[in-house]
Amino acid sequence: MTTTETKPFVPDFGDDEEDRTIAFVCSKGSLDMAYPGLIMANGAIESGMEAHLFFTFWGMDMITKKRQDHLHFSPVGNPAAHMPAALAPLPGMQTMATSMMKKQIADLGIPSVPEFIAHLSEMGAHFWACRLSVDMFGLEREDMIDELEGILNVSDFIEITKDAEIMFI
Amino acid sequence: MAVTTIAGADIHVDDDGFMTEYDEWSEDLAGELARAIGIELTDAHWKVITFLREDYKEQGETATLRRVTTAGGIPTKELFQLFPKKPARKMAYVSGLPKPVGCV
Repeated sequence: MTTTETKPFVPDFGDDEEDRTIAFVCSKGSLDMAYPGLIMANGAIESGMEAHLFFTFWGMDMITKKRQDHLHFSPVGNPAAHMPAALAPLPGMQTMATSMMKKQIADLGIPSVPEFIAHLSEMGAHFWACRLSVDMFGLEREDMIDELEGILNVSDFIEITKDAEIMFI
Repeated sequence: MAVTTIAGADIHVDDDGFMTEYDEWSEDLAGELARAIGIELTDAHWKVITFLREDYKEQGETATLRRVTTAGGIPTKELFQLFPKKPARKMAYVSGLPKPVGCV
């Protein structure tokens, strides 16, 4: 149906809305679980939100320089990999599954993990490392990405995100 | 689909108010669309709009912020300065294109 309105119909971009903040706790170091936080943080910033990413435990691999570009996807124990369970643990399967997934991600125009982090940083995302994980893995500041804003303990993180929506991944 | 009148021009828009007809857009109209959302167009804005219009014609979909940066060569940070808060949607609106569908 076609209607004609007298007052111009202009989209509401929510410029008058209160500023929103969101925080993602990234706790996984596998390729498939690295992306959800990055993609949602990207969407949040594009929607005008302030976004924080707090990396903990295996998620530390996402911000560890020598590891972040070598995350793997394993079909073992993952029914959603759509592969007979007996085949999943065979030698070479993880490497093959990883390279297939990397190709699918690249084909969709989605950047690699290091490029994605650089892109988010350029958009103003805040990156934080978990103090306990840094100590546990024996990491030094220079082992981690330059974009990292700081190393926080839990109470610092809770303080920083006191008005934020929080997602645990 | 609705028709709305902006600066004397009748344009077809979707439920959110984004233009649906590529050829109904004009450079004059872009200035009016921008003004309607509080933006005064500068040369820097035009660089973005020109890229988006051309890219849409070739790709058939609205470029995402990342594509404007990687293929259009305009830093993402600058896009946030030109089209504050929600650059992907605002620049699509001013360029007379649908909202981008891609996530990244």
